[in-house]
Amino acid sequence: MKKYKAPLSHILNPGHSACAGCGMIIASRLLTDTIGPNSIMTNATGCSEVTTTQYPMTSFKIPWIHSLFENSACLATGVLAALKKQGQENVNVVAVGGDGATFDIGLGHISGMWERGDNILYVCYDNEAYQNTGYQTSGSTPLDANTTTAPAGKESFGNPTRKKDMIAIALAHHVPYVATATVGYPADLIAKVKKALSVKGPKYLQLYVPCVPGWGINPKDTVNVAKLAVQTGYYPIVEYINGELSGKMKITQQKPVEEFLKLQKRFKHLFKPGAEAELKKMQEICQENIKKFGLL
Amino acid sequence: MKKILEGSRAIAETIRNIGVDVISAYPITPQTHIVEDLAKLKADGEADYEYIRAESEFAALSILIGASAAGARTYTATSSQGLLLMTEVIFNAAGMRLPIVMTDANRAVSAPINIWNDQQDAVTMRDAGWIMLYGEDNQETCDLHLLAFKIAEQCLIPVMVNLDGFVLTHTVEPVDIAEPKLIKKYLPAFKPAEKLAVKNPLTFGAFATPAHYMEIRQELHDDLAASKKLIAKEMAEFKKVFGRALSLVDYYGGKNADTVVVAMGSVLGTIKEAVDELEQKNAVGVVKVTSLRPFPTEELLKLIGRKKYILVVDKSVSLGEEGILAGELRRAFYGRSQAKIVGAIMGLGGRDITKEMIKQTIDLARTAKEQTIFVGK
Repeated sequence: MKKYKAPLSHILNPGHSACAGCGMIIASRLLTDTIGPNSIMTNATGCSEVTTTQYPMTSFKIPWIHSLFENSACLATGVLAALKKQGQENVNVVAVGGDGATFDIGLGHISGMWERGDNILYVCYDNEAYQNTGYQTSGSTPLDANTTTAPAGKESFGNPTRKKDMIAIALAHHVPYVATATVGYPADLIAKVKKALSVKGPKYLQLYVPCVPGWGINPKDTVNVAKLAVQTGYYPIVEYINGELSGKMKITQQKPVEEFLKLQKRFKHLFKPGAEAELKKMQEICQENIKKFGLL
Repeated sequence: MKKILEGSRAIAETIRNIGVDVISAYPITPQTHIVEDLAKLKADGEADYEYIRAESEFAALSILIGASAAGARTYTATSSQGLLLMTEVIFNAAGMRLPIVMTDANRAVSAPINIWNDQQDAVTMRDAGWIMLYGEDNQETCDLHLLAFKIAEQCLIPVMVNLDGFVLTHTVEPVDIAEPKLIKKYLPAFKPAEKLAVKNPLTFGAFATPAHYMEIRQELHDDLAASKKLIAKEMAEFKKVFGRALSLVDYYGGKNADTVVVAMGSVLGTIKEAVDELEQKNAVGVVKVTSLRPFPTEELLKLIGRKKYILVVDKSVSLGEEGILAGELRRAFYGRSQAKIVGAIMGLGGRDITKEMIKQTIDLARTAKEQTIFVGK
């Protein structure tokens, strides 16, 4: 039997205010325990910050800094420069942010960090919308998701645009380690964090983290939904080293996309009469991923 | 050592001699030669700071937030649109109590787009929680940078040192560049009590609810107000070490003058020359304001509270109201001085301010019915 790890012996500690079943907080626990105490973390504004560091308390047992929504990558560059000047380049510098901070408002700064080649692991908690502020559409929101700024209605199937391809954007910057992982498969997530830290230079890790209130899922289904996203081909789990596809999580038994969608209220409108063509589009997106990455 | 240098170069050499750890900058139009000279000093092996190319001015200051929190002495320079783009970070740096020092080469803001000198950019940041200092010439501006680090690192409040874009940044003047040895006598190494370090993990930038936010903001307010005493003390200390005087406010001209002209920055030189040429010698005094924040209210009241006419020359305007310095003075003097305060908006977008204009405006100040006049058309 594995030795029990007491709650307060983790780097991310209890007392935070994340929702029951929050995918992001599970990812944060796995990430911080893997990077370990010899790390400094910078954090964009968002659930990962608001739920963990309400003054005068903190959940983090590593040095941690938050400044603004869009500048987590910049802070990391600054921390790295200070460490270099102090001769402490052995410390891991890890920047984190949600998908809004990563795909949208902070994108230019992440691009700058990558272009400079800074030795920083950037981790995106991807829950596919501005969930912290009330489920608004971000550049990561998938087609047809119901959000508060792209609501489904008589003349709308929800978000009209497809998810931005951040992995391709990272690869276009020649980032030497680029990967996706999810809380649906924690062992894979942990392995990728370790692998990322072994690479010198910029690293991008995009973690698929279901959001209980934003997606309208049952807290018990967080892991199930994340697994279904992978097993339907909807969210490919891939790894690129030096621009080459070096790993992919194969689908063991392909499930129809409906099985993934029906657990989430954000896609509820796709199961009403008249939405058949939209469901077909969702399945096509899965097929496209399966073909592109050879997931079967 | 005295050298004949462009203003930007003089500042860059001063920053190098101070021993800054991390510099980050971005060349938004308009930047100055300061950051180019700092890059060249590094490229030539004449400086040992980390120099980070940022992807925007917003990023440059954000990078310094990370570096400063991790215990580095930090510096950047900007101007005009760059400063405006930084706005969110400027407020944040002060709230996080990080002793960053930044030079702002004061220039006009868009629209219309214009790269020339006025002081609209920095005054727009007046309420951000930074200490804001203004140099009259390149020597004083370099000296204010030495003072800036000394104050910032004691108060844990960022300091913005302002100088007029082009008029000073691009002007070649003799400047005594402080040597590192002498600087060490004045400015100790930066050793923050709290920083991001794995041996003592701390959280920076926590989220404050209504239960705590107000006290934290008031603490910054109180500390910024209290910094005035420290600035005065460190200015006196500066004189002892470097032999040059710095002051929160300075008076030039006849002590018994019934009229004074108040201004910040390089226009003071023109004003002093204009006043010297007046037929009635010693009829008009000239007052320099070095510190916009903290504002030297008591010092100004003591110095000119009993004057009859006060003309304030502003190279900025709170549109729809009046010049920033004029408004500051009116607020500070309300109910405590009988002086008639008239604000003159001059030199916007690089419009020349001549001695003749100053002389005519002094006359206007005594007779004008308006509180604010635009001069220079």
